[in-house]
Amino acid sequence: MTTVFVPGDAAAVSVGAGEVATAFAAAGTRVVRNGSRGMLWLEPLVEVETERGRIGFGNVTVEDVGALAAGVSRRSQGDLLNQRGCIGVVDDHPWLAGQHRVSFARVGVVDPASIADYEQHGGWAGLRRALSLSPAEVVSEVTDSGLRGRGGAGFPAGIKWRTVLETGADQKFVACNFDEGDSGTFADRMIVEGDPFTLVEGMTIAAHAVGATEGYVYVRSEYPHAIAALRRAIDAAYTHGYLGRDVLGSGLVFDLHVRVGAGAYICGEESSMLDSLEGKRGEVRAKPPIPAVAGLFGRPTAVNNVLTLCAVPMVLAEGAAAYADLGTGRSRGTQVFQLAGNIKQGGIVELPFGVTLGELVEQYGGGTLTGRPVRAVQVGGPLGAYLPPERFDLPMDYEAFAEAGAMVGHGGIVVFDETVDMARMARFAMEFCSVESCGKCTPCRIGSTRGVETIDRIIAGHNVSRNLTLLDDLCETMTKGSLCAMGGLTPVPVQSAIRHWPEDFEGASA
Amino acid sequence: MTTVPATDRGALVRAIATQHLDERGALMPVLHDVNEELGHIDREDVETVADVLNLSVADVHGVVSFYHDFRTAPPAAHTVALCRAEACQAVGAEALYADTSARAGGLGDGVEVREIFCLGNCALGPSGTVDGRLHGRLSAERLTSLTSGWRP
Repeated sequence: MTTVFVPGDAAAVSVGAGEVATAFAAAGTRVVRNGSRGMLWLEPLVEVETERGRIGFGNVTVEDVGALAAGVSRRSQGDLLNQRGCIGVVDDHPWLAGQHRVSFARVGVVDPASIADYEQHGGWAGLRRALSLSPAEVVSEVTDSGLRGRGGAGFPAGIKWRTVLETGADQKFVACNFDEGDSGTFADRMIVEGDPFTLVEGMTIAAHAVGATEGYVYVRSEYPHAIAALRRAIDAAYTHGYLGRDVLGSGLVFDLHVRVGAGAYICGEESSMLDSLEGKRGEVRAKPPIPAVAGLFGRPTAVNNVLTLCAVPMVLAEGAAAYADLGTGRSRGTQVFQLAGNIKQGGIVELPFGVTLGELVEQYGGGTLTGRPVRAVQVGGPLGAYLPPERFDLPMDYEAFAEAGAMVGHGGIVVFDETVDMARMARFAMEFCSVESCGKCTPCRIGSTRGVETIDRIIAGHNVSRNLTLLDDLCETMTKGSLCAMGGLTPVPVQSAIRHWPEDFEGASA
Repeated sequence: MTTVPATDRGALVRAIATQHLDERGALMPVLHDVNEELGHIDREDVETVADVLNLSVADVHGVVSFYHDFRTAPPAAHTVALCRAEACQAVGAEALYADTSARAGGLGDGVEVREIFCLGNCALGPSGTVDGRLHGRLSAERLTSLTSGWRP
């Protein structure tokens, strides 16, 4: 019987995929709820299995299902290819064919509920190889691959793991930061919804590498679909011996737990996340000690982002060199870029580091959804810089972005058209910080509130140049005096907006 | 979520907290369960949870008040949560939020409209949830249609 794939991904469901899947099932079609291919502007993107490969249909509605289901049951490719929204063989679609998918290779392809499907598509090969190596050898592989933390800071994963491995303790932990709260990012969510076993495998490899017996995934409460997918995957992994008392007969003991956040943005900061996991207010800790030495419950803890851990199985399965061969400079491997905001073709683009910002926004993204010219893009989340189209030549590379006063961060790119008011966006950055600050340090807690007030005075045209000086001074205090990146980087969007669009800060809108 | 008499409520909260006793850092899972099963976390619940987990009332209160998800009063009959983060702002979320807040009463009785920051649906904004269900590409018209069942 022909299989029809209808994504169960939250983004697809948000535009009607659930109703479409129900309609196919009612028509007697066999339906698999796969992840999303990441071509989000085409969701719900339905795929039909044929001899030529999986044929895709974009923006399918319940009304389209009858004709599609009839074509499927007659096994008539001619009927199918003439259907509304047909995009041909999905793997050959130029948007996908040009990408180099490593982390996202299985997302949208496999059935995320099927552990057998995962294994058939190369799953568990990394874990099997890791268990045949000593912990130190696994750490060396990860170090040699050049893999850097994908959560935004870009710290080398192998060095972090080595610290945990070499710190003596009665108990160690691995903790996955799945508190993906930055606007413009959804790759963590999509990989867990579409290929959850990869995270389980990556965390189990991490546990073996650093000597941990317990792991925690801290996932935000805004992601109920991902929580369900992950819990289902963990249950299946226990049943099949990939988690628990004796992983694959290797003697490795590893228990994996899911913990749900409660709507606090700051808990994406690793030390706040650890406090939250301990059942406390998510307040930032002063460093040192670093979590690798004294993390969760004071024990050595490897804290990694979802995408970092999801890259680990491939590094182990194919070897460090295969990963390090991709990328540019000190940015090795691939990065999962997320095109968001006012963009015609939003979604996931996974490519080796080095692709330019302009290629992503214009070629992959196709420009703005509204069709107006791009005025600004924000790269790397709410704490990332706003950049004008004049900087579209920038290669996506940690160092090149740092030189330009910006950051690649986790690869989220939010596009704004010419109607955006950059003084409003600067104000929002301060407002968001004032709402979400944990309150522990003064520059962040008070500074953000004073920042909103100062920008309000600038917008209203009061003493503009003196208030701009004051704002600059305030930004410097926040940058240098805050305990963590929230207060420390909130000035980045503010100051980049002032630098690139000074005309929006002349108080003319008063 | 049901209305529970005070005495039963205390026993229920105690039972929920006791279920999590052998977990490390059990407070967050306990509060989530109380919030979900009883609709909100009131002052007496805080005291009960503190007692079961052997924490101070101040510690538990501190955690309840820190996180946006934990309610200290019963939830509204219906909730619309609209994303106001950058990616949704780029496609008109501010106007949608202002417009929806202004006409909350018109959507139905006991409707709460609140802001939320990012639902991870940033390529299909403006995003929001209607009684907990995620929707993308929202507009005033779409919200009217999604909430049509709320009006008598």
